[in-house]
Amino acid sequence: MATYQDIPLTGYRRENGRAGIRNHVLILSVDDISNATVEGVSRLVRGTTALPHPYGRLQFGADLELTFNTLMGTGRNPNVAAVVVIGIEPKWTEYIVKGIAETGKPVAGFSIERYGDLKTIEMAARKAKEFVHYASELPRVPVKWNEIWVSTKCGESDTTSGLASNPTVGRVFERLEKGGNTLIFGETTEVTGAEDKIMENCATPEIAAQFKAAFDDYQKLVESQGVSLLGTQPTEGNIRGGLSTIEEKALGNVEKMGRCTVVSFLQPAEEPKKPGLHFMDSSSAAAEMVTLCCAAGAAVHLFTTGQGNIIGNKIEPVIKLSANPLTVETMSEHIDVDISGLLRFEYNLDGAADRTMEMLARTINGRLTSAEILHHDEFVITKLYRSS
Amino acid sequence: MKKGILLHDANDDVGVAVMDLKTGEEIGVATLEGKEVRQIMLVTDVPLGHKVAMTDISLNQHVIEYGREIGYASAAIAAGEHVHIHNIKSLRWAASTSKLFEK
Repeated sequence: MATYQDIPLTGYRRENGRAGIRNHVLILSVDDISNATVEGVSRLVRGTTALPHPYGRLQFGADLELTFNTLMGTGRNPNVAAVVVIGIEPKWTEYIVKGIAETGKPVAGFSIERYGDLKTIEMAARKAKEFVHYASELPRVPVKWNEIWVSTKCGESDTTSGLASNPTVGRVFERLEKGGNTLIFGETTEVTGAEDKIMENCATPEIAAQFKAAFDDYQKLVESQGVSLLGTQPTEGNIRGGLSTIEEKALGNVEKMGRCTVVSFLQPAEEPKKPGLHFMDSSSAAAEMVTLCCAAGAAVHLFTTGQGNIIGNKIEPVIKLSANPLTVETMSEHIDVDISGLLRFEYNLDGAADRTMEMLARTINGRLTSAEILHHDEFVITKLYRSS
Repeated sequence: MKKGILLHDANDDVGVAVMDLKTGEEIGVATLEGKEVRQIMLVTDVPLGHKVAMTDISLNQHVIEYGREIGYASAAIAAGEHVHIHNIKSLRWAASTSKLFEK
């Protein structure tokens, strides 16, 4: 069997030097009311990827900034070749355009006021067609392992997650860290009971303190609602599967970081500035978290599941791993890497990591993931509070 | 010897059954690296995915898995016994708003 090291990697070289593994021409909504126009352009022009979403109006403060950073970050992602941005009015539209244009990739903005949907669709479609011609001629070129930014999260976890699939990602991350990759994990509330372990793995006391402040903030937010997540964790499903306490679930979760060092604490959707493993403040809800990883610039995602989470993302391919024998049998169309053999002692953790890296290489080189093929195009903006 | 229990950390108080285990079975215990480190005699049935005590654990003793505390023993536990919500409890719940979650 050829091992992952033997597979030459190819990708798309972007103007800012980043390496992407997909080549989308994005039609991006600034706000909810521009979705019809965005979808109109996408229907007219083959080879475009529409990104409608339900927000972007009358948000303010940190909540507005996060929506903007998510939209700009998604446009900046190296899996995107070019972007057409459409909003209701020019000011916010131009703001998003400028944020994406910093990468040097082709980007154009259109606003609907004083034109209406139909004229805007025509103008934007002409630009989108030009961008598709451009993107379709971009060649795949050789790229190095350490140029591909990788993110991770787990979902619908059970004991097989902490026992097998999460440690497998941890082993993969250890190898990638050694090679100089940029890596992202997070899930601020779901690490309750393992927060000390993350802090111990932080490169400096300052990073540990930043992480702890975000962790404590989240706990306070939950308490301010008069509820506690600890009452729902572990879930009844987790308990049926053998998980007994929140600490045990959290310790299984953070197995994904392996023995890597946390080199920075990122705000939601913030781009990492250097190689290594980064903790990003983020929800544990799968679609929200992957959307934030994509906005931070990750090119591919390793998602571990026990009971069978089916999440995908339009821009950042999501590779699904499971070690649960029942899940890989009953939900096989969702699972890209079956590592249930680890629980049958057919191979050890390094063997499971080899299988995962082989699938990572094939995905980088263009193999569509199960989630991509099955239209799992989740794009979910994290909302911090209600709009004005 | 049938291998049927995986350890996250070689010194953990509990291992995880990777198949349904029956009382009286002598089972091999391995690490994730695949190395068999010991055997243990099951004193209760333990279903796949559930934990088995690797050692006697006394009442209120903190229980170690992943090399870390995952809770405390709410009852004395014998080596080879099923370990779950009937005999271990979260330390976090006890330390925080525990009344909300008592069943």
